[in-house]
Amino acid sequence: MGFEGIGASVRRREDVRFLSGKGNYTDDINRPGQLYAFIVRADRPHARIDGIDTAEAEKAPGVVRVFTGADMAAENLGGLPCGWQIHNQDGSPMAEPPHPVLAVGKVRHVGDPVAVVIAETRQEAKNAAELIEIRYTDLPAVASLTDAVAAGAPEVHDGVAGNICYDWVIGDKATVDAVFAKADRVVKLELTNNRLIPNAMEPRAAIGDFDTSSGDFTLYTTSQNPHVIRLLMGAFVLHIPENKLRVVAPDVGGGFGSKIYHYAEEAIVTWAAGKVRRPVKWTAERSESFMSDAHGRDHVSTAEMALDKEGHFLGLRITTLANMGAYLSTFAPCVPTYLYATLLAGVYKTPVIYCNVKAVFTNTVPVDAYRGAGRPEATYLLERLVDVIAHDTGIDKVELRRKNFIPADAFPYQTPVALQYDSGDYQTTLKVALANADWNGFEARRAEAKARGKLRGIGISTYLEACGIAPSAVVGSLGARAGLYEVANIRVHPTGSVTVFTGTHSHGQGHETTLAQLVVDQLGVPLSQVEVVHGDTAKIPFGMGTYGSRSLAVGGSAMVKAMDKIIAKGKKIAAHLMEASVQDIEFKDGSFRVAGTDKAKALHEISLAAYVPHNYPIEELEPGLDETAFYDPKNFTFPGGCHIAEVEIDPETGVVEMVNFTAVDDVGRVVNPMIVEGQVQGGVAQGIGQALLESALYDPHGQLLSGSYMDYTMPRANDIPAMSVATENTMCTHNPLGSKGCGEVGAIGSPPAVINAVVDALKDHGVRHLDMPATAPKLWSIIQAAQPRLAAE
Amino acid sequence: MYDFTYDKPGSLADAVKLLSDDMDAKALAGGQTFIPVLKQRLNRPSRVVDLAKLGLSGITVSGDKVTIGAMTTHATIASSAEIKAKIPGLQHQASLIGDEAVRHRGTMGGSLANNDPAACYPSAVLALGGTIKTDRRSIPADEFFQGMFTTALEQGEIITSIELPIPEKSAYEKFRNPASRYAIVGVFVAKFPSGVRLAITGAGQGGVFRHTEFEKALSANFSPDAIAGIKTPADGLNSDIHASAEYRAHLVNVVARRAVAKAG
Amino acid sequence: MPQVTLTVNGRQHTVDVEGRTLLVELLREKLGLTGTHVGCDTSQCGACVVHVNGESVKSCTMLALQADGDSVTTIEGLAAADGTLHPMQEMFREHHALQCGFCTPGMVMTAIDLVNAHPSGLTEKEIREGLEGNLCRCTGYHNIVKAIAAAHPLMHAKAAE
Repeated sequence: MGFEGIGASVRRREDVRFLSGKGNYTDDINRPGQLYAFIVRADRPHARIDGIDTAEAEKAPGVVRVFTGADMAAENLGGLPCGWQIHNQDGSPMAEPPHPVLAVGKVRHVGDPVAVVIAETRQEAKNAAELIEIRYTDLPAVASLTDAVAAGAPEVHDGVAGNICYDWVIGDKATVDAVFAKADRVVKLELTNNRLIPNAMEPRAAIGDFDTSSGDFTLYTTSQNPHVIRLLMGAFVLHIPENKLRVVAPDVGGGFGSKIYHYAEEAIVTWAAGKVRRPVKWTAERSESFMSDAHGRDHVSTAEMALDKEGHFLGLRITTLANMGAYLSTFAPCVPTYLYATLLAGVYKTPVIYCNVKAVFTNTVPVDAYRGAGRPEATYLLERLVDVIAHDTGIDKVELRRKNFIPADAFPYQTPVALQYDSGDYQTTLKVALANADWNGFEARRAEAKARGKLRGIGISTYLEACGIAPSAVVGSLGARAGLYEVANIRVHPTGSVTVFTGTHSHGQGHETTLAQLVVDQLGVPLSQVEVVHGDTAKIPFGMGTYGSRSLAVGGSAMVKAMDKIIAKGKKIAAHLMEASVQDIEFKDGSFRVAGTDKAKALHEISLAAYVPHNYPIEELEPGLDETAFYDPKNFTFPGGCHIAEVEIDPETGVVEMVNFTAVDDVGRVVNPMIVEGQVQGGVAQGIGQALLESALYDPHGQLLSGSYMDYTMPRANDIPAMSVATENTMCTHNPLGSKGCGEVGAIGSPPAVINAVVDALKDHGVRHLDMPATAPKLWSIIQAAQPRLAAE
Repeated sequence: MYDFTYDKPGSLADAVKLLSDDMDAKALAGGQTFIPVLKQRLNRPSRVVDLAKLGLSGITVSGDKVTIGAMTTHATIASSAEIKAKIPGLQHQASLIGDEAVRHRGTMGGSLANNDPAACYPSAVLALGGTIKTDRRSIPADEFFQGMFTTALEQGEIITSIELPIPEKSAYEKFRNPASRYAIVGVFVAKFPSGVRLAITGAGQGGVFRHTEFEKALSANFSPDAIAGIKTPADGLNSDIHASAEYRAHLVNVVARRAVAKAG
Repeated sequence: MPQVTLTVNGRQHTVDVEGRTLLVELLREKLGLTGTHVGCDTSQCGACVVHVNGESVKSCTMLALQADGDSVTTIEGLAAADGTLHPMQEMFREHHALQCGFCTPGMVMTAIDLVNAHPSGLTEKEIREGLEGNLCRCTGYHNIVKAIAAAHPLMHAKAAE
């Protein structure tokens, strides 16, 4: 056994399972007597439902039942709840229109579920679905933000004037305006953050199971947070108490945020299983995923920076329109507010910031958190704006960043947008990234590329994000309808092996390995004697799940707390066994020792005594060695760093090739460097995808144009370069591990670096800004338009 | 997918009969386009006739032509030393279709019968001036392709092989759709003693077409420069979320020049 | 109902299927081999790749009846009977070439075919192009490319034994 504790690149324990085809994903599960659900979805973006005729479908071969929204309404079931309430600048609450599980009265986006067929086989359900006749009256629809807020735009929800879900502000406008009035210079930029489709490789699936003897429901689902689903679906939708509802999220094939939310299909199969008294399974076809998984991003913003003569940032003023889609997905309202605007200070000491966000309903799929969630939008805006300031003022883009950085000795640092950063060292991550990317050698590479007829550019982004969400009281005051602690149960078995029950959920992050390493480190138990269990409400005390890069910072901290309790109890047992005072017992490397003596008891001796309490302080202590801790974080954590991208553009076609990518991140304490690097690489690939390839496109009337892999460009292996990934860490000061989180840094830091590189490559073509994705036809048009100007020079 | 009766006949005559007797029967070659279409329920055949057992695979070179069995897979063509030696453009083209797993199943005959406007092979067959041999006749390439997803094939008619004259030089260049990897513009150029033929796939609203202006210029001077100044009008070219007609018109020239340069 | 007889991971099966039954449906639903996954409906993601007579094939784009008489290898059939992993499986583990594991079976099957088809060696570019038909959303491909490069000498050394 080599070193297996914190800091070791232990090979993942889950891999043999996945590499042998022994993973257990939701669609791999089949329950006896299982039926199949096929969901009939709206084929149009906005329409009144005048009638649904299911008679023919109900008579079709294999069909057991057909349900519509009316059937659910008849049972007074709830709609899909929203977990975060934002308040308007006038103090009133946001518009929160109903979100029926199956559409009632109207459909509001292509893909909106209208009816469900339950049949003996998938194909029979699908055949019967074609026999359902839905009579619609089409209504005018809006898809884009600008169309939705235009005067006279069609209303997505009756009574939601101007399609505005909320009109929210942070910062004091008068103060910021005054700074702008006195500034030497103001630089302004308008930009969009392109809409994305998360596309976890495993399509969503759900199986509802009903035990006819006990009346218990079980939902197997592709979720990042089974307890949250149990709470939302049980309490708000189906009215099933927790003791009668078990939610299992087994192996889950990627989430990236899209599997946080409580989706209609989960409620449909669970409820239907109870109605037909048999298990009901639904698995999304990929084309369904495109029109039913929550999408990400989709902002339009105007950003202005007030500057002094030397280029110091004096004030930032921003207005943003954020697309909510047709309904509020579970955490949608917090994404463009508390996960976005609070990040607008970035790594800079901008003293005053004002941001106004209008969240807007459109006839599109709901939009919610996707890897990074709000923070990529803030980072992209800020890092593009900084580059544009460099462009407009002529100040070197690296120098401009350096002179505005929050210095390393300024922590804790209070930003003007609510957050207080605990630690960071932006000069260092910048310095190391510049060296790793050979920034100074770039002009030679540009010249060499030019000789080959290519336009080469380099781009930088110095970023920061907030994760490890978050103190429950704080988020509660900001509108969260949930706590955001995490839970760990550490069970030391009689012979000293350990099972960890964690409220986090692993869907690619490798928790079964990383979290076990924490036990190795703290309890001195070999890795082979530690098991990590997650994803089942029947096994785990409670849990808030995995998103926002919070599992280690929050879930890991809960484990540390629970292990502290194990050690504290173990010391009492050890003191009793070794006839010493508890104060004299030390715990180190898996042994309890009497300080200053050679008397010691190993953990397994203590655990055996705890479960076989023959010689045991039974009057003072309960038997057993099993502790649970809830950890509520004191603050967010603040990973950050510097990303540098290098691209080459073929001027004849506009095709961009990513040639180099360098990331230097500060993620706090690293438990498993191999896994951290993998998380960063994956995030960067998604960021490159956003910057160059991916775009969820709607036509002006709400039809999804990029509804399959034929039209939605997923990054492939030959779109992504080999990457240089490194960390330069400062410790988080307020959690016991010092960890900050690494799941999202790649997707947050990289898009502006890539676009900054593209713009740099086109610097002789009069380009100041271009919107993502930087596709070949877009760049070709820019290059074409610039030709006459270049020729004239 | 709707259900259907599956047949795998052992003789060409049986296959033709099965397909001719039933207007709703469809032939299955490699299935790499057809099966996805069936999965999307865009087609509802009563019967699917698998052509795998008809002995239609194989590559033969004789004299001045190469004959490729209709059921020969892209992978076989891409890895054929003979094709590489005789028609390098075709070998390269086959290596760019779909991905390796698709190339193991997809067939040349299936692709030609489907005549997808963004498929690769129609450009090779048209540029080479090939002949499509069927169970009943020979169809010159210039008559075979009749617009997108439309060919000269009759109901029940099965392609048995494709006969391709061996050119002096050939090359294929493909500008790929970044998502689907089909051709946004694909150009196949073939130089014969009698002149140059050049066909373009992906770009035209009517499917594959010959670019006669390019052909004329290249027949006079087989070099990229010969066509550098020839503008292709955007009228009649496809426009979609991946490329406007104007962009395609531009790419036609760029990709053609690259194909000529590659042919050498 | 039509029947198909095929060999899967060395074992012969005769199974009742419909005309429309896909090979992947036969594997997952009739034989319980759920290691082969379905990630899309347009034959692009590659999560369903298996070997048919030794060549990589998208099992979502092949009818079960087309495989009559064929020999199919799935991810479940790679490791030795004693559990020893195939060198490609081992290198995926060693180089952290998988995260959520969903694309992994197809990725491994494609990778093995790619290495088999290039006995004399593979460049990084060839590996990346060889993964054209397999999507991964987790890893950014970096470590997959490394794993395949590392497996190449091991597989060909093994073949030379």
